[in-house]
Amino acid sequence: MSVSITVGAYGVAFGAAAVANGFTVLQSCLLSLLTFSGASQFAVIGVIGAGGSAISGIATASLLGVRNALYGVIMAPRLQVKGLKRVIAAQITIDESTGVALGQEQRGVDAMRKGFWYTGIGVFVFWNLFTLAGALGAQAMGDVRAFGLDSAVPAAFLGLVWPRLTGNFERTLAVGCALFAIAMTPILPAGLPIIATAFIAIAIGLKR
Amino acid sequence: MSIQTMTTLWAATLGTSLVAFLLKYSGHSVPERWLSHPKIQRINAFIPIALLSALVAVQSFSQKTQLMIDQRLVGLCVAIAALLLKAPFPVVVLSAAVSSAAVYNWL
Repeated sequence: MSVSITVGAYGVAFGAAAVANGFTVLQSCLLSLLTFSGASQFAVIGVIGAGGSAISGIATASLLGVRNALYGVIMAPRLQVKGLKRVIAAQITIDESTGVALGQEQRGVDAMRKGFWYTGIGVFVFWNLFTLAGALGAQAMGDVRAFGLDSAVPAAFLGLVWPRLTGNFERTLAVGCALFAIAMTPILPAGLPIIATAFIAIAIGLKR
Repeated sequence: MSIQTMTTLWAATLGTSLVAFLLKYSGHSVPERWLSHPKIQRINAFIPIALLSALVAVQSFSQKTQLMIDQRLVGLCVAIAALLLKAPFPVVVLSAAVSSAAVYNWL
């Protein structure tokens, strides 16, 4: 239940932010239906909204989507599905479904499967309904700044990154990348300062 | 809205969706050892931190390629305060929006 409310709030925030960044209601809903990965969706609308090209937006979103591939690697041997079922399983392989499934690990593979499918499908339904509500709401608003939507987007990103800042190294990386992106903003074309930080992350990951 | 903007938005919407699905599906289809290398795992933990932090900064302090400070700074500070107080996500976003809107409308 608490997962549903949180997902609903994220969904409203995403739908509203997407429209505030110039996407149509239809495009916002398609992103939630087809991309179905919160951080990637926020990233693409953020980059495009900041004036970035389609390629920058897709690249940033896709770098964030790599973790879903790693979740798939974890889930595939437990789910053992083929054909259309594998397509559906892939689409609902996200933070929440994988997280709940792993939380059931001690209760056996059946409990893991149940956790994965129920959570994945439940989040999918909530996420899409609330995206539509948020997008329609923002469309009715007019000047989104008067409703604070221009601040809701960075606050949403902050809310997504906060739980990952578990140690001093992670916090330093976060502040460093934020400063780097600000410093590069007047110099590089829009969108590139964001993507460039991914290469910092890759370089540090390879070295460390 | 110009045709060019519309093309960008559609390309971004459909391109992001396509790659997102291919990534998810590849995870279910490639041998486990390809992606379970510790370096890949570590990079995977760092990338979201880097990208999301950069997005917070750029979305708070820029308009296209110009830096600027406006009502969003207030929203950001309120969001940080809410997170420090361990507020749940909806409260964080809502308090940022309300404070920023208040500054925009009344200052």
